[in-house]
Amino acid sequence: MNDTFDIRSAETHIEVYKFRMGTVVIVTALALFLQAMFPIHLPRLNVLDLPLLITIYFALSRRNPSTGLLLGMVIGLLQDSLSKTPLGVFGISKTIIGYVASSIGARLDTEHPAARLALIALFFGLHQGIVVLIHRVLLAQPEPWFTTGLGIAAAVNAFVGVLLFILLDKLRKT
Amino acid sequence: MVAIPSRHKSLVLLTGAVLLQVLLLAVQIKSDTRGSLIRVWTVTAISPFERAGAWCIDGIKNTWHHYFALRDTELKNENLRRQNDQLKLEVNQLQSKAGEADRLAALLNFRDAHKQIPMLAARVIGGSADNSSQVVYLDRGQRDGIERNMAVITPDGVVGKIIAVFSNESQVLLLTDKESGVGAMLADTRVQYPVGGTGAKQLMLKYVPNDDPVNLGDKVVTSGMDRIYPKDLPVGTITQIKPGMPFKEVTVKPAAAFDHLEDVIVLLTMQPLAPRNEPEAQAPANAAKPLPPPAAQQ
Repeated sequence: MNDTFDIRSAETHIEVYKFRMGTVVIVTALALFLQAMFPIHLPRLNVLDLPLLITIYFALSRRNPSTGLLLGMVIGLLQDSLSKTPLGVFGISKTIIGYVASSIGARLDTEHPAARLALIALFFGLHQGIVVLIHRVLLAQPEPWFTTGLGIAAAVNAFVGVLLFILLDKLRKT
Repeated sequence: MVAIPSRHKSLVLLTGAVLLQVLLLAVQIKSDTRGSLIRVWTVTAISPFERAGAWCIDGIKNTWHHYFALRDTELKNENLRRQNDQLKLEVNQLQSKAGEADRLAALLNFRDAHKQIPMLAARVIGGSADNSSQVVYLDRGQRDGIERNMAVITPDGVVGKIIAVFSNESQVLLLTDKESGVGAMLADTRVQYPVGGTGAKQLMLKYVPNDDPVNLGDKVVTSGMDRIYPKDLPVGTITQIKPGMPFKEVTVKPAAAFDHLEDVIVLLTMQPLAPRNEPEAQAPANAAKPLPPPAAQQ
């Protein structure tokens, strides 16, 4: 049996992970804080999108589409408010990512690092695609669909995301 | 009332959330508002942590440099660097006007006008949470007299302009941002071209016709025509020229060190720097101070 993607039947119980009280809020705040500090003190880490990684992780863990999309919306709006982009650009994209991630998490067992690596890269690409679509359609700003930098960023975020997820797994309630 | 099946509830919620945010975007674009409550609350909430983080990192850096590295040498270097920065600002403003005898009156008036412009030092405490936009946050805000569209500079050159102001913080759009721009000109020929950001570390000199003389190494300075940046502040140096249609592609390396922005200066004035008349057509009493007559200068 391929244990990278474990497809469960409808009757099989999908494990939903819970976290200690305040974990989601603290981790989200820390991710936003670090993301705001990167450009000034650690410019080389500016390629990371920590709020997106946090959204994907909690959406995959909670496996509830409603919770996933609401969490994505809040994280996205907070990220918008700390950027120069209008409120709603990252809000919409992370809402959709939260929904899709939690829907996939409800159907697949995504604990394997290879599965996580592939999913993070995929979600990063999808997230960027949605952001570009919003810029082009709603804001009338020409943005390239794909650049080499984005490809490298997807790979870096996927790799760092796998390591970050291993750390965040320690915060689960046992 | 029709009950929504549970399997569709999340889809309905998703649609509702996305539509709500599309409406939010539409309202912001229509009314051109940037100071919405969410933005104010978030910046106000996170800025103390950014200040604390900047303070901690500075403390660690200072501890290393002053106690574990060569202590005295580092202190002396810091004093010299501070003096050097101050002199650079003055020298940069004067150097661009040297060798132009018929513009001496305008140059002296400009130096006097700049001495009267109030300035405020500020520290960069954070950046954008979006890695595609080039904005930073300063630890000065409305309470310090900062307003939108004020220019931000360093002794090395132009940094950007204020685009949002909160009580104790303000947001600066860096010159390297794709949506940023400055009225500029070549320091030697005084021909004016706009300069825009590219989203990367380089700037672009725009709308340069193919037959206009532009050379590698040419200095680019502010023209003052945008009414935001005073004239003759360093913008950058031309590092690449490519022919194009209908205009050349001219790349400019910024004068300010955007990789190491820590302390900046905000020009605390919205008064426009009105284009100056030639000395022969000098305006009446309310203009800038006139030059003293030649006899008085000896």
